[in-house]
Amino acid sequence: MNARTEERLRPAGARLLPLVTLAAALALWGALSALGVFPESAFPSPGAVARGFAEEVGKGRLANDLVASLFRVTAGFALAVALGLPAGLWLGHSARARAALLPAVNFFRSLSPLAWIPFAILWFGIGDLPAVFLIFMASFFPVVLAAAAGVASVPAVYYRVAGDYGFRGAELLTRVTLPAIAPQVITALRVTAGLAWLVVVAAEMIAGRDGLGFAIWDARNGLRMDLVVSGMIVIGLIGVALDRLLVRLMRIPSVRWGYER
Amino acid sequence: MSVVRLENVSLAFGAVEVFRDFSLDIAPREFVAVVGPSGCGKTTLLGLCSGFLKPTGGRVEVAGRVRTVYQEGGLFPWLTVAQNIALGLRHVRQESEREARLQEMLSLIRLEAFAGHYPHQLSGGMRQRVELARALAGDTDVLLLDEPFSSVDYLTRLRLRGELARMLAELPRTVVLVTHDIEEAAQLADRVVVLSERPAVIRRQLRVESPRPRDLTHPEVVAAVRATLAEMGLEREEVMSARG
Repeated sequence: MNARTEERLRPAGARLLPLVTLAAALALWGALSALGVFPESAFPSPGAVARGFAEEVGKGRLANDLVASLFRVTAGFALAVALGLPAGLWLGHSARARAALLPAVNFFRSLSPLAWIPFAILWFGIGDLPAVFLIFMASFFPVVLAAAAGVASVPAVYYRVAGDYGFRGAELLTRVTLPAIAPQVITALRVTAGLAWLVVVAAEMIAGRDGLGFAIWDARNGLRMDLVVSGMIVIGLIGVALDRLLVRLMRIPSVRWGYER
Repeated sequence: MSVVRLENVSLAFGAVEVFRDFSLDIAPREFVAVVGPSGCGKTTLLGLCSGFLKPTGGRVEVAGRVRTVYQEGGLFPWLTVAQNIALGLRHVRQESEREARLQEMLSLIRLEAFAGHYPHQLSGGMRQRVELARALAGDTDVLLLDEPFSSVDYLTRLRLRGELARMLAELPRTVVLVTHDIEEAAQLADRVVVLSERPAVIRRQLRVESPRPRDLTHPEVVAAVRATLAEMGLEREEVMSARG
């Protein structure tokens, strides 16, 4: 969104508009369930969902599931970035490494991480590890590709200038290459974190004993559709919050150039 | 004594021979502009002077600290104006002196108010002034300019020429300017070197004696432009007042 559109919306109460939408959606939901268009067992009412939510919070299950899911996403994602960034830098610098490995990286990026679920359970059993593994598989390859593409597109003149001003060795990496690819990498991290959050829910449904994904699956097995909906709402809200958090990275002054020109 | 000396330099990229037995001497504080047809090896000449390219034959000697200003986009976009200029002062040990010199450069290019701005927030002309300041900061001996003003509009280019002349009056340097712009060469240089097609030889050298800054319509500038154009086969008559 450019600055001008933002400006035009703000005075008109842009902050209120999403709340209006929310109120309208709630009203429609309430009306549909009050009119009994669908049976309560398949279409829980807002009230039932709110009660279910309070029940989950009260028992402490929600907090427990939330922590479990966030831990898995953080661990898998951090591991993917820690290994994917160096791997991407190397691919970006070496034409030979690109020729050898890029097709494989593209293959695994195109392979849905959920296809690994059988092996995840076989290798890692049930619990944190299979979920962390699946999140890693979902995040690693996009991070590698973003870093590699970023490095390959750094203008040669930056390295000429760096040489002129005496940058050598590790300094070239930390003071030229990394800042030059930072905007692209941050964009990729944002997309990838969203992907990781999608994957954790699926992973926990099948290979978990706790976590938000498991909570939904468990509620479904108990025919508690009110709890399913409350879980869905929490998952969606956390996903938005994670994205908001990563958007902050794009506001760092030294990366603004990547988004403004 | 010369600061930049190319002696019987040869350079070939595969089958493409750019220089064969090429010689050029540049005196301290001299401003030499190199013009010639596209692809004749002007930029390659700067690469040889900066040491980025090694000649396949002959010798290149350049004394002192050499800095290059590239066509455009040579500023690091993730650094502010002040941080970019400070790159040129990396070798200055003392923090306080570095800071003082940075402020001098900022006031020299009259961008004190933009010290904290990033390059993408500046106009093209302001960016090139920052590039010049970065290259001049610290005790640069030889300034290599690779079409430094080619990416800005005509009026900005005229202003930047004036700026460069003013900056060099305060911080005299040996300058090698490579340009397509014959007016620019005539307006700024003490000596205009006209190169031939590849392999490049010096077809002609013109001296322009009047002091900088010079007006674009100064008779000596006009005469040098005409002589250069004539040498390149782009003007029919030649005016003899430009000494060659």
